[in-house]
Amino acid sequence: MLNRKTAPGIIDAVDMKLQLKPCDHFILDNGVPVYSIDAGAQEVLLIEWVFYAGNWYEEKNIVAATTNFMLKNGTKQKNAFAINEYFEYYGAYLNRSCYNETAIITLHCLSKHLSELLPVVAELITESIFPAEELAIYKQNQKQRLEVNLKKCDFVANRLIDEYVYGFHHPYGRYTSTLDYEKLEREELDVFYKRFYTEGKCLVFVAGKPPADVELQLNKHFGHLPFHQNDIPQIDYKPKPAETKKYNIINDAEGVQGAIRIAREFPNRHHPDFAKAQVLNNIFGGFFGSRLMSNIREEKGYTYGIHSYMQNHIHESAWMISTEAGRDVCEATIAEVYKEMAILCNEPVEADELDLVRNYMIGSLLGDLDGPFQIIARWKNYILNNVTDEYFYNSIQTVRTITAEEIQALANKYLQPQEFYELLVI
Amino acid sequence: MIKYNRFVLDNGLRVLVHEDHSTPMAVVNIMYDVGARDENPDKTGFAHLFEHLMFGGSIHIPDYDEPLQRAGGENNAYTTNDLTNYYCQLPSENIETAFWLESDRMLSLAFGAKSLSVQKKVVIEEFKEHYINKPYGDVWHKMRELAYKVHPYRWMTIGKDLSHVENANMDDVKHFFFKHYRPVNAILVVAGNVELENVKQLSEKWFGNIPMGEKYNRNLPQEPAQTAARRSEVQANVPLDAFIKTWHMDARLEKGYYVADLATEILGGGGSSRLYQSLVKEKQLFSGIDCYHFGSVDKGLIAVEGKLVKGVSMQAAEKAVEEEIEKMQSTSVSVTELQKVKNKTESVIAFEDMGVMSRANSLAMYELLGDAELMNTELEKYHAVTTEEIQQYCTNVFSNENSNTLLYYAK
Repeated sequence: MLNRKTAPGIIDAVDMKLQLKPCDHFILDNGVPVYSIDAGAQEVLLIEWVFYAGNWYEEKNIVAATTNFMLKNGTKQKNAFAINEYFEYYGAYLNRSCYNETAIITLHCLSKHLSELLPVVAELITESIFPAEELAIYKQNQKQRLEVNLKKCDFVANRLIDEYVYGFHHPYGRYTSTLDYEKLEREELDVFYKRFYTEGKCLVFVAGKPPADVELQLNKHFGHLPFHQNDIPQIDYKPKPAETKKYNIINDAEGVQGAIRIAREFPNRHHPDFAKAQVLNNIFGGFFGSRLMSNIREEKGYTYGIHSYMQNHIHESAWMISTEAGRDVCEATIAEVYKEMAILCNEPVEADELDLVRNYMIGSLLGDLDGPFQIIARWKNYILNNVTDEYFYNSIQTVRTITAEEIQALANKYLQPQEFYELLVI
Repeated sequence: MIKYNRFVLDNGLRVLVHEDHSTPMAVVNIMYDVGARDENPDKTGFAHLFEHLMFGGSIHIPDYDEPLQRAGGENNAYTTNDLTNYYCQLPSENIETAFWLESDRMLSLAFGAKSLSVQKKVVIEEFKEHYINKPYGDVWHKMRELAYKVHPYRWMTIGKDLSHVENANMDDVKHFFFKHYRPVNAILVVAGNVELENVKQLSEKWFGNIPMGEKYNRNLPQEPAQTAARRSEVQANVPLDAFIKTWHMDARLEKGYYVADLATEILGGGGSSRLYQSLVKEKQLFSGIDCYHFGSVDKGLIAVEGKLVKGVSMQAAEKAVEEEIEKMQSTSVSVTELQKVKNKTESVIAFEDMGVMSRANSLAMYELLGDAELMNTELEKYHAVTTEEIQQYCTNVFSNENSNTLLYYAK
């Protein structure tokens, strides 16, 4: 007779051997470093060109984001339609995204088409012209999109909480108004583009099944571009956190839910507490079985989901709790978040729960390393944050060995309600 | 080419095994042949609410998530109008944990009152978050009701109304479970770092003695061909006017499905698509516009959806969309344009097939459609579509009497 009550034996994930596949590394003639992971069964390829061209380097709001967006909107040789048609004809996806420190061009394609696509990516980096008409369309449509987003409580809350933690002057705390679009000048894009793309600092990441001559191909198209690999301005922004800690905002008087954000500043991943606090965070609100989820969703049904996490920033970070809850239970939800903080401060985590979280974290890491795109994403994050694979192995060691006492001490150090900004947007 | 083995247990459970030893992980995916289309019109949203209840404890195991997490696993599930899918991934050494958990909840749920009352609240918050508290959140509620008069696609997976979820009771839950969540209505796919023989043994051990149940014979009212254009107007608290139009298209296994898929890609897929180039870039009537279809198993919908640039009249916007549609009907698309969307399809399939989880999900989906092998013949069907077929299809489908137009005005 089958015993369905007893769980089958398991091997603890913490005892499993985890390896981060090493990354191939070569340097193009002009000094551009290329990091590459050759893995996977499908003949597909991901290439990312990372530039130090995020909003950290702009002198005026949204210059960086607009320059990045408009890389596909016209070169000396091709208009926006021709560029899109070219990539799409080969079934390739060319995307761009702008972050705080970096801005990225991403190419997904079938490996067999790579040689047709690389010259046009190079053209975008050297010959973009930012046509005035394209800029006008972009401004108009972005302004409209912003108007729609401003109706959403979660969107408004995400902007404001960052402003409270970092200050509006800081690239992590800044956001966009419709006026910013109106003030934007085409020439500012030209200048930013030349400085931070054409003559900027570039890193390349490759993953999937690259052709045998990928190094030659990359060198041919990118190894002679006029990048200045060592000439990136050193800019320091100091966070200026807001003085008031609590905010209640009515964005939509008829709203049936409120967006809750509770956040405090937190050091970056070079700080010795960072890896340890990840374990505490998982217990607190980092996964489906976390205390916030178990209590506020699975026990009380106040929300569809509640999460806590550390923001993935390079310079400084924040510890954030985020949820959308029913309007009439927002206050109760906030009270429960602080209650869970207090329990973590006052009581050591029981061995059973800690074991579960250790296994979950290692198992989830194992799953995250599945496939070339995931592996290169981890390497990219390490390289941009200036850590090595030692960080990977140390973090695993931390998950395996951290004690309940250390976790409680960390809770007492960081999960102090008076240190948190609290925002409710209806 | 995706390789797999298939066998059927005595109780009718279909099992597919896809080995991939390049990963340390195993995926266990169970698809149940039940979706929102199988709901009673007075009790909509039930299939999705039920998905939540599947995590609220089974007959021998009080909590689904905890033992899985302890085994280093993660899981999730989704419900569509057509089907419900549960999937988990864990280190392959611990695969038996997934068999234990999934078989127990197929055997029987615990039917706890607490789980039902809490998950009703959770789903109500989900409903609010996605469909009430968001600008334009009710567009597809309204459009489905306009386009379907008979077929149960007329409501959304989340449900027609909050009250349907609020009123769900335990009898409904039990009845739904024993009608639909039986081995004979389910497909199990096991993929990743697994061995066929071991999967056979584990399947037999854990699922073999679950009572077969009755095969659910779907007998849904089919939507009659639409004979007159339908239009509806809404005034809502949103910043911009929006234009939404749909047409009925072929079912998932009909040839026309592939033609429709390529036609929507020509019209609305990406920066070089016709609607984007003409209406956003050249005429600047829309700030954004999309054309897509729902991928439904039964006859679905092709949709065009866009927000108007401020100051543009709805009439001008609609006329411009019609002109683009007429071009598809009067002039053949070029061979290059067709080749472009075929190339995109080839690449989408290659990228989808990268992850083991995604491959497992696709195998289950095609098995549900009737034959897992369809997964390996999909691309040929796209390649076979000709420019003449696209033109003919657009002429037939994009007719006025087959259309539903929703004019969504900012108050």
